[in-house]
Amino acid sequence: MRDVAFGQFIPGKSVIHKLDPRIKLILLVLYIVLTFCTFNYAALSVPLILAVVFMLLSRISIKQYMKSMKAVLVIIIITSILNLFYGNGDVVFQFGFLKITDSAINNAIFIVVRILCLIIASATLTFTTSPTDLTDALERLMKPLKVFHVKVHSIAMMMTIALRFVPTLLEETDKIMLAQKARGADMESGGILKRAKSLIPVLIPLFLSAIQRALDLAMAMECRCYHGGEGRTRMKTLTLKSRDTLSLVFFGLVITTIILFDIFIVHTKR
Amino acid sequence: MNNILRTENLSLVYGENTPFEKKAVNNLNIEIKEGEFLGIIGHTGSGKSTLVQMLNGLIKPTSGKIYLYDEDINANKKKLRNVRFKVGMVFQYPEYQLFEETVYKDIAFGPTNKGISGDELDRRIRESAKFTGLKDELLFKSPFELSGGEKRRAAISGIIAMDPDVLILDEPTAGLDPQGRDKLLNQIKKYHQVRKNTIVLVSHSMEDIARFADRILVMNKGKCEMLDTTRAVFSEGKKLETMGLRVPQITKIVQKLRENGINLSNDILTIEEAYSEIISFLNKGGKLK
Repeated sequence: MRDVAFGQFIPGKSVIHKLDPRIKLILLVLYIVLTFCTFNYAALSVPLILAVVFMLLSRISIKQYMKSMKAVLVIIIITSILNLFYGNGDVVFQFGFLKITDSAINNAIFIVVRILCLIIASATLTFTTSPTDLTDALERLMKPLKVFHVKVHSIAMMMTIALRFVPTLLEETDKIMLAQKARGADMESGGILKRAKSLIPVLIPLFLSAIQRALDLAMAMECRCYHGGEGRTRMKTLTLKSRDTLSLVFFGLVITTIILFDIFIVHTKR
Repeated sequence: MNNILRTENLSLVYGENTPFEKKAVNNLNIEIKEGEFLGIIGHTGSGKSTLVQMLNGLIKPTSGKIYLYDEDINANKKKLRNVRFKVGMVFQYPEYQLFEETVYKDIAFGPTNKGISGDELDRRIRESAKFTGLKDELLFKSPFELSGGEKRRAAISGIIAMDPDVLILDEPTAGLDPQGRDKLLNQIKKYHQVRKNTIVLVSHSMEDIARFADRILVMNKGKCEMLDTTRAVFSEGKKLETMGLRVPQITKIVQKLRENGINLSNDILTIEEAYSEIISFLNKGGKLK
């Protein structure tokens, strides 16, 4: 239960850890958009190289990245297989009604590389940024939405609390599962229906305690005079440093490179 | 007396081969005798809870073996469920395990899983409710309407109803008021006397352990420091103090009196014992001053 690697914060002192979370968030969005704006292999190689650079700079072991990739491996395999049989162009291989064309192969490769880049980049963000920093950054970046009466602070607070309680709830699930197993609950055998039914003794106590926790937390927050975002100041204010500006400039260069590649190199047949 | 449970070089390491490696239980060799009331004491983090969870196969040891009636419990994964029916486990704050619509149905959960039904099931539910002092009219209420103490009783009944050969209680009185505590422990003692099964009680209260346990296992940093009769263990007050434990208060008081030259017996464990000892000392013409 506790081996959920994706999205886990791993403290460290790397360059990426020290970057301003707002910059990291903006860069991630830019990076994702860029990855999908590559139309030939030369352009595609840029985000791939960047992904490797992210991994190296974050100083987080490859093992952790592998773990987070394991979760989406099935999705990658299925989409690449689907893409492999879907496409026009010169037939490379035929088996009955199944035919694989050269453009389909290109398609599949693009999809796999793009998803891999996406996962590596977002994993780098969550590995190197604590949940509180992340929601802080989100709150700051969403501030302009206040014009449209979006309750930015409440949304950020909800996210912080939700993230904070993920490990607590996992621990609680573990505990309840053990207690029910001690009463002979059988959660490992039987068909889907039987297994789903065997979760009831775990889910009911879990929901109950989650609701109780929420009520307690609301009470505790009110006792400390919490009243929402109006007029709140922060203990840690985010300030941009030279490394943040530098990374933005660097990313600007990367964007230009990709656009140049896209324009001047012949598009891969897809 | 035969051994009902026995461990052989039992170890459990959390986070093996990482910087966070922690030996929760370290090379433990103990035996629990059939029909005894064993107390387990130890400082927080000494591995008591981990040990008892291994005894009924909920956690798999990193190395070493556990024998129940001379049979390795982890040898056959399919038999593990049977082990859990034989070694009943009451967790700390067991009330969070309640989930059914009525207390009656909740107590039935364990024995039903064991395959018991009909009149036998009904008999067991009512009997186990009586053992923990749960009133009959509460049986058909929702468990969530009960008070904290009643919930605790209902949860413990749910384990007793499986009729385990060994009943493990991990701090069953935590968070109860003094009266509820005494009542619950007395009922467990009565259950022990009637059923004649084995009871393992993990507790932080030296007074409770002194009153009920036949033998005591003292855990320190994952190791067994002492495993002896209650009197023998509590006669080593200095050694216990080095482990962050202590002897019952009344034992300490009698010891102080002895140090001041008053000739009392040196293995007093309860207030009742101290009372009769002092009375007989006074009757023999002794003076407390």
